[in-house]
Amino acid sequence: MPNTPTEADLAAALEHLATACAALRLDDPLLVGIETGGIWLAQWLHQRLGLTTPVAGLDVGFYRDDLQRAGLKSAVRPSSLPPSVDNRQIVLVDDVLHTGRTVCAALRELFDFGRPACVRLLVLVDRGGRELPVAADAVGLQLALPADRRLRLSGPQPLRATVEPA
Amino acid sequence: MNAALAKRLGAIQYDAQGRLRHLLTLEGLQRDTVDALFTLADSLVEVGGRSIKSVPLLRGKTVVLLFFEASTRTRTTFEIAAKRLSADVVTLDVPASSTSKGESLLDTIANLEAMQTDAFVVRHADSGAAQLIASHVAPQVAVVNAGDGCHAHPTQALLDLYTIRQHRGGFEGLKVAIVGDVLHSRVARSQLAGLRLLGVDDIRLVGPPTLVPPRLASLGGRVCHDPREGLDGVDVVMMLRLQRERMTGGFVPSDREYFALYGLTEAALAAARPDALVMHPGPINRGVEIASAVADGKRSLILPQVTNGIAIRMAVLAQTLGRGSGGDE
Repeated sequence: MPNTPTEADLAAALEHLATACAALRLDDPLLVGIETGGIWLAQWLHQRLGLTTPVAGLDVGFYRDDLQRAGLKSAVRPSSLPPSVDNRQIVLVDDVLHTGRTVCAALRELFDFGRPACVRLLVLVDRGGRELPVAADAVGLQLALPADRRLRLSGPQPLRATVEPA
Repeated sequence: MNAALAKRLGAIQYDAQGRLRHLLTLEGLQRDTVDALFTLADSLVEVGGRSIKSVPLLRGKTVVLLFFEASTRTRTTFEIAAKRLSADVVTLDVPASSTSKGESLLDTIANLEAMQTDAFVVRHADSGAAQLIASHVAPQVAVVNAGDGCHAHPTQALLDLYTIRQHRGGFEGLKVAIVGDVLHSRVARSQLAGLRLLGVDDIRLVGPPTLVPPRLASLGGRVCHDPREGLDGVDVVMMLRLQRERMTGGFVPSDREYFALYGLTEAALAAARPDALVMHPGPINRGVEIASAVADGKRSLILPQVTNGIAIRMAVLAQTLGRGSGGDE
């Protein structure tokens, strides 16, 4: 069983992510945070890197692939993307990358707003367990977590991680 | 409404897990359900502003709009709502047959159900039609009442309440006047049930004694035959259309006389608060129940009501059809 990341581990992961985001050398990127953990993460990166275009938020509640089985999540937040993302360079930001299904849903939603020039993916923690061919462009921290465990991040101040039974 | 009736109306509309299955009337609903629908509508409003105005929520679901009675706004907004959720929509305009209604109605439904329909949106001239259908459909099929006789029009009332919430932030301490043909109005009955569910105490039912008979006080509003008293200091004026098609006799002497006494003019509106909201479910009869200057004035929310109707109907379809089949997460 891997150790639960400490606050220091997470702070280092954040810094690493900021460096990796800058290294992508994007032109006026639009940071899109996935509700809810991805939003503050995107906001933090936005401030850290001094970006100009405001952060957008995406709730994939209406795009999930398990609606038939699990039904609608009770609280779906409105997405706050600009009316068109045509030709934009987009950085999708999420806190935890697991099966890859959320990222797929986010991509499907993004495409309903237009045709971006490119989409990059940044995640704070990659916990493994992919079910779809999804990979991040930058990862703050790798954590090989068994399928029966769930990683929960609470933040942004203080940023903490807990591992609990799924 | 008595507790036993409320319980029974709740039992029909919720499934065993307490999720909204049918929407037939606002009576018997939980406050939480209405709040959840409003929150969902808040998120769905944004979809209308996108370049591709749809989300894949109800992909592969078939929604049948079954209209036994004429409608423009309700039918169109339900159709747009279902399409924005990516459902497949079939609209059936069925001219109401005067004989053997019960039988032909259930036969129609049985046939449509055999085509694997997931939801019926029903408008019918007979009170209780939607409830009758709901009691006969398979467990996974949802029924939404789009207006039945003089009984209920829950999505109209929900969109009215949603519009008030949007402009007033909440319902606490609100004074509301419902003006006009309350007797024949399913909209008024649903508005009353909804306002009371959301905690509004000061509701006036305003109109002539023929259209607002004193016995209507049992619905939960105060009956006022004097329009000045009825509109005095109100935050919201909800106008109703004269339902000529449901009148069987002389309820008003003439349109002109009705307008002179109960029509909403700038002068009549002066009794209300200066920032009072003016609403009307449509279609409006200019110069009969409302003056053009008021209908097109800056306090009128008649067109925002139509826009909100799409988001509210999306929320109702998403909630009743998006219950899921169970399973984890």
